[in-house]
Amino acid sequence: MFKLLKYSLYDILKSRFAILYTIFMVLVAVSIYQVSEDLAKVSLSLLNIMLMIVPLIAAVFATTHFFNNLEFTELMLAQPVKRRNVFLSQILAVIIMLSAAILIGFGIPMLLWGADESILILLAIGIALSIVFAGLAFLASVLTRDKAKAIGISLSFWIYFSLIYDGFVLYLIYSLSDYPLEKTTLSLVFLNPVDLGRIIMLMKLDISALMGYTGAFFQNFFGSAKGMLLSSSIMLLWISWPIATAMRIFKRKDF
Amino acid sequence: MKTLFIILFLLSSPVLADTIRLKPGDSIKEAVAKAQVGDVIILTAGEYIEHDIIIQKAITIQGQGMPTINGKDQGDVFIVAGENIHFKNLKIINTGKSNIDDSAAIKFFDSRNCSVEGVELDNTFFGLHFSNSSNLTIKNNKLFSRAEREYQTGNGIHLWKCKDSMIEGNYVEGHRDGIYLEFVTNTISQYNTVDGNKRYGLHFMFSHDNSYIKNTFRRNGAGVAVMYTRNVLMRDNIFEENEGPSSYGILLKDITDSEVVGNIFRKNTIGIYMEGSSRTLFKNNAFTSNGWALKLMASCDNNTFEANNFIANTFDISTNGSVVLNTLKENYWDKYEGYDLNKDRIGDVPYRPISLFSVIVEKIPSAVILWRSFMVTLLDRMEKIIPAITPENMIDNNPKMNPYDLS
Repeated sequence: MFKLLKYSLYDILKSRFAILYTIFMVLVAVSIYQVSEDLAKVSLSLLNIMLMIVPLIAAVFATTHFFNNLEFTELMLAQPVKRRNVFLSQILAVIIMLSAAILIGFGIPMLLWGADESILILLAIGIALSIVFAGLAFLASVLTRDKAKAIGISLSFWIYFSLIYDGFVLYLIYSLSDYPLEKTTLSLVFLNPVDLGRIIMLMKLDISALMGYTGAFFQNFFGSAKGMLLSSSIMLLWISWPIATAMRIFKRKDF
Repeated sequence: MKTLFIILFLLSSPVLADTIRLKPGDSIKEAVAKAQVGDVIILTAGEYIEHDIIIQKAITIQGQGMPTINGKDQGDVFIVAGENIHFKNLKIINTGKSNIDDSAAIKFFDSRNCSVEGVELDNTFFGLHFSNSSNLTIKNNKLFSRAEREYQTGNGIHLWKCKDSMIEGNYVEGHRDGIYLEFVTNTISQYNTVDGNKRYGLHFMFSHDNSYIKNTFRRNGAGVAVMYTRNVLMRDNIFEENEGPSSYGILLKDITDSEVVGNIFRKNTIGIYMEGSSRTLFKNNAFTSNGWALKLMASCDNNTFEANNFIANTFDISTNGSVVLNTLKENYWDKYEGYDLNKDRIGDVPYRPISLFSVIVEKIPSAVILWRSFMVTLLDRMEKIIPAITPENMIDNNPKMNPYDLS
């Protein structure tokens, strides 16, 4: 398992993409720190990067990586190693590379110019979303044989979760505004990892406005550590289920 | 010479106050009954168990080493009607709990030139209750109530139909309203701290010509609500951490010809909520980290918002209609994205503080859950370029490029 992981990691690091992504992250972080005057604004600007760009890159990169390494994977499957280990080594390598890019890319500017709690939480959200979308991309990859199709599915996951889903929720709220929809909207938000990351940040940045939300349920949810705990645990669910499903399919897949 | 001394002595002797010293166990009621006008009753340290002590002549009740007067949950502790009656350095605890007769630690009726200074109240229903009185000094008192719900407690400092008074340096916690004024005129409230009251920190109605200076109102159930009043001055106060669906830094209802200057609004769900208010000037206030800095209802007119800082608020302004009869000018908005080509520190393009999404949230509060999503950002951008739904006239034509130094 570790040997497999080592080779996968070497493979990724040899490609230029990992380095380019890290440099891109550094550039983004540096420019945001240069432009914004205080840390609160830094976390606001970073929020959009983490919610939009990071999942996109994770989805595309994970899919291409899967298909680029397909021959290596097939070779490995012919060896006496467990299928589970082959799969996990591939996805772990991708996850490690994506997280390292975020950590290095934002970590260096943070060491230079300082950080606060909300920026650290934001980094954690970025890493969590990378894992979620890498998992979804692997799921898309094992579902089909065609690379272009798999990239298409990954991209549609991304578009769906970052744009279409919110539009749908907004439409729902708007057209059913006569009904008490508070609990429904909150649970709908939990069905989308991007929204979930956003809500965790909202609880840090806009708690005053969220407290304007009527109803004891929300007072309770947003006003205590309970909200943070619940959203974090659902995020964990989002991290685990795509990977688990993809692995199950991979185990039975006929290459 | 000798006769002069005698005359002087005769003249001064009635004025020379006697001092009556009491120790725990002595009856305050008896002492009051025996006391002459101008006497000082000194209570030495310890606990006195008494209630409904009626004072109708000019005497001073003074504590030495903070004596405690325990009302044993019955009625009022002191009932006062007269002139020049003073209370100093006492602790009064456990009044009755009744909304029918408004039990209070010290209750004044029809009094003048009275004062309450350095008095500590604990577990009282109403704290200090004044009606139909004038020239009062209420200074450096500490009022605590330990009720769990709003209906279980009265107001901390309660003035009804009073005038020409001074409320200074008091600390009020856990009551229904911290400071409550009704039909009170020409009164100054300053350096008070009002923290964690169940309903309003400050609540006044029909109380014209009053000033509120350098007070702090923090974590009150519904913030501060003031109504039906003209000519109010609010200066250098701090309104903070009033959070909840109906919590306001200040709620202004039918306030006219007033000034709100140099205040700090921090971490409130709504900084200022205004309804039916006119001709009021808002200048040099700092709105920081509020949910809504300003909710300006369409029923307000001729108000001016000038040279304020709006920093890190979720929404800067929201309103409920398309009519805007108020002026916004030369404020600093941290969300402003314009440029300043001629370097006069005033932005060259106007700023519209109402975003499309704040209009949506005003109609459907639960939509706030979508704030900062990509979808909503897109909608807001589109509305900025082609305004269709947001009010045309809610506009700051000369927004500042840099924040004012208001600390």
